[in-house]
Amino acid sequence: MFSQRKFYTPYTSPTDPCPPIEVKSYETPPQLYLGFQPPCLPQYASAKEALHRGTLWPALYSPYESPYKRGDTGE
Amino acid sequence: MWYYEKKLQYPVRVRECNPRLAKFLIEQYGGADGELAAALRYLNQRYSIPDKVIGLLTDIGTEEFAHLEMIATMVYKLTKDATPEQMKEAGLGAHYVNHDNALFYENASGTPWTASYIQAKGDPIADIYEDIAAEEKARATYQWIINMSDDPELNDGLKYLREREVVHSQRFREAAEILKEERGKKVFF
Ligand SMILES: [Fe+2]
Repeated sequence: MFSQRKFYTPYTSPTDPCPPIEVKSYETPPQLYLGFQPPCLPQYASAKEALHRGTLWPALYSPYESPYKRGDTGE
Repeated sequence: MWYYEKKLQYPVRVRECNPRLAKFLIEQYGGADGELAAALRYLNQRYSIPDKVIGLLTDIGTEEFAHLEMIATMVYKLTKDATPEQMKEAGLGAHYVNHDNALFYENASGTPWTASYIQAKGDPIADIYEDIAAEEKARATYQWIINMSDDPELNDGLKYLREREVVHSQRFREAAEILKEERGKKVFF
């Protein structure tokens, strides 16, 4: 299974004026990997859950939280 | 033609009067990668693209109007009873002078929407690739707005809209495969 977020460590200078964020992240959601959607993928059990998620298929679901609130440590 | 359903695609709830957040959200209303630009881009490209993907552009273009309506509802709720003083503090003083608390198709820095945000190149591959890029940019814009908002109920709606961009991008990527017409025909030597 692919990961929906990738991390990298940019160069930080000892003289950077803002406190450096040592590990940066970017999102890599499922549509980058799925290819042409195969038929008969499993769906969410209820229409209500599918509405809440924004998709019928768990394979296309991409959760998101602010990186400033989720407290990444970079893996 | 269209039928109108008098309800939102997904429920919109906003916890507090917050015109500053409205100023950021308006980016998705009248900005370059916003819902108005998306709807008009797709519905206009339909006329000069192979038949196989016209339906997709119609469906997604229509859904973008449903998203536009959700953003409008969010902006409306965030600013509904804001006083001129609150609007000014939120950086919406110029907006207030021009529009009172009315909504307007402009981006977060107040620039009015323009058709030069969107393209119809007439080349199916160029147009579909623009659409994929537009979906990824809209997804990113939702991320940056979520990062700046601490209203959990509003964020629930924004996460829904972000997910829809993921699904739209997926469908446009499939449209590109359909246009390439080599799907399932690949020969390996
Ligand atoms: Fe979209």
